[in-house]
Amino acid sequence: MFSGKVFGAVAGAAVLALSATGAFAQAKDKVKVGFIYVGPVGDFGWSHQHDQGRQAIEKAFPGKVTTTFVESVPEADSERAIEQLARTGHDLIFTTSFGFMEPTLKVAKKYPNIKFEHATGFKRAPNLSTYAAKFHEGRYITGVIAGKMTKSNVIGYVGAFPIPEVIAGINAYYLGAQSVNPNVKIKIVFANTWFDPAKEGDAAKALLDQGVDVLAQHTDSPAPIQAAEARGKFGFGQASDMERFAPKAQLTAITDNWSDYYVARTKAVLDGTWKSEDTWGGINAHMVVMTPYKNMPDDVKKMAQDTEAAIKSGQLNPFKCPVLGQDGKEIECKGNGSLSDEQVLGMNFYVKGIEDKIPQ
Amino acid sequence: MTTFEAILLTIVTASTPLLIAALGELVTERSGVLNLGVEGMMAMGAACSFAAAVTFDSTLLGVAAGMLAGVLMAALFALVVLGFAANQVGSGLALTIFGLGLSGLVGAPFVGARRDPIAHIDIPVLSDIPVIGRLFFEQDLFVYGSMALTILIALYLTRTRSGLTLRSIGENHTSANALGLPVWRVRFWAILFGGACSGLAGAYLALVYTRFWSPGMTAGRGWIALALVVFAAWRPGWLLVGAYIFGAATVLQLHAQAAQFGVPPQVLSAVPYLATILALLLLSLRRGRAVGAPGSLGVPFVPDR
Repeated sequence: MFSGKVFGAVAGAAVLALSATGAFAQAKDKVKVGFIYVGPVGDFGWSHQHDQGRQAIEKAFPGKVTTTFVESVPEADSERAIEQLARTGHDLIFTTSFGFMEPTLKVAKKYPNIKFEHATGFKRAPNLSTYAAKFHEGRYITGVIAGKMTKSNVIGYVGAFPIPEVIAGINAYYLGAQSVNPNVKIKIVFANTWFDPAKEGDAAKALLDQGVDVLAQHTDSPAPIQAAEARGKFGFGQASDMERFAPKAQLTAITDNWSDYYVARTKAVLDGTWKSEDTWGGINAHMVVMTPYKNMPDDVKKMAQDTEAAIKSGQLNPFKCPVLGQDGKEIECKGNGSLSDEQVLGMNFYVKGIEDKIPQ
Repeated sequence: MTTFEAILLTIVTASTPLLIAALGELVTERSGVLNLGVEGMMAMGAACSFAAAVTFDSTLLGVAAGMLAGVLMAALFALVVLGFAANQVGSGLALTIFGLGLSGLVGAPFVGARRDPIAHIDIPVLSDIPVIGRLFFEQDLFVYGSMALTILIALYLTRTRSGLTLRSIGENHTSANALGLPVWRVRFWAILFGGACSGLAGAYLALVYTRFWSPGMTAGRGWIALALVVFAAWRPGWLLVGAYIFGAATVLQLHAQAAQFGVPPQVLSAVPYLATILALLLLSLRRGRAVGAPGSLGVPFVPDR
């Protein structure tokens, strides 16, 4: 599943968002909202979370909104599905995978009066918005917990591919751990797949065999955290709550929550205030939600809650300057007191203290 | 348990489903039928075994359901390629696509359910031998079963009359038919056996390896099993070796990463496939001995009437 992966967004900086919308604003009584999912609704991961958002819209505007969804749409064949929704009277269409970017743009140009929203992409148009979530904020919190919970002082990370989104996650996780435990080490394994439960599990076992006792994952199945559970170690859920697979091992899970955003955007169409925008929300925007902190002592729990609150209030940024590269040199700070969004979205270096090399 | 032992244990789990599925395909191919539907039959085996195991809370029933699913899929394939003498490559590919799709439907209600690990059978005394003790004598039944199956199939193919019949049909179905050998019947059973093994491999994947089900969880293992049969030059003994090399390559590359050897994981992931190409190359270089594909492999059988 290539959906949640926000890569290449640096290039997207070149594609400027057009703030002025061509169509004039007009309030509506009834709105029809369509969704395109890359996976099945029952995947208990990426598509499942988007569908929760769709259901939230139906609840928020009873009688005013109807929704439809098309699930398991292959990215290569998505244009037909998107156009189908456009033709059948939908006012607002969400396409929820990175690979839907070009098809969405194409259909959006053909139907200028329909509003489109594309998740995790970087190409916008007057009637096409983009949105994504700052998962690395959640990763920082899990890092703080890992740094406190590890007894071996070796924490682990099962990544999918060495792409910027995953690298940023690893760095945020490690910086979090380092902030509470200067001696902590990290071991990283790339499974080279987003989804292969057996291989993800083997990757987790390899880390556990080599002394890792707190495991984070950036692949889609619950296999890694399940492996941690079987060994009596700890882990973090990915994308959705994985507690049922690892009731003793899951410390918390970083989940996506699109409900608030979807409700807000639908309301904007109802009110006639919808504008093409680029939204990258994190814990503050309630797009990234941590499940209850469990299986840890109260002081660690408190620390996790405090970290979450600090990120929410904007007091703490996981990539607050100075950020040191692996060689100990400071990374140029292009943002306001922290790395800029573009720097995070295009991250291609490990921070100081990570001894591994990024596979090239 | 030392790290070394732990690594060996993971290799066994990674290799077993490959071995089981490949053994079934080997028998099918030795009878002269190429079934490219292994991936689809495995996916169905995984979905049906998991569904049955959760519904009846029984691993045994789950395994039975997985094998039955594999057999039914194989029967469909047999109908098409034996009954209608259809192209085996096309039919096999269709079976894979069909199986992957149907397994999604069967398994949909069971996404998110989980099973507890199954028991490992500890053979007393022997399992206390250092290093190899736990490796060979404290495994689950599937592992012992896959070893036994390898030996039985090797004996069957080389030491029994029925095995000889199967091989001669695979080598040249026209001659075999002229001799009065039951080409269709033997191939039918060989295809069903292949299906049962694929189903069993799928059941192992869902019930032992991951202990949950999700769509597409076979993740290409059926194709690796197919490659293994070629790698092993259609011999069960080499299949065992090949399956364990594949399993070891997969697991060791993960360990190499964790140990920060600095080798790109993409390259390491490709190693098993490079090994297959190398094996094929070495096979073709070997001269003098009759190794290689059964003579009638993949050729539809249409007797003269």
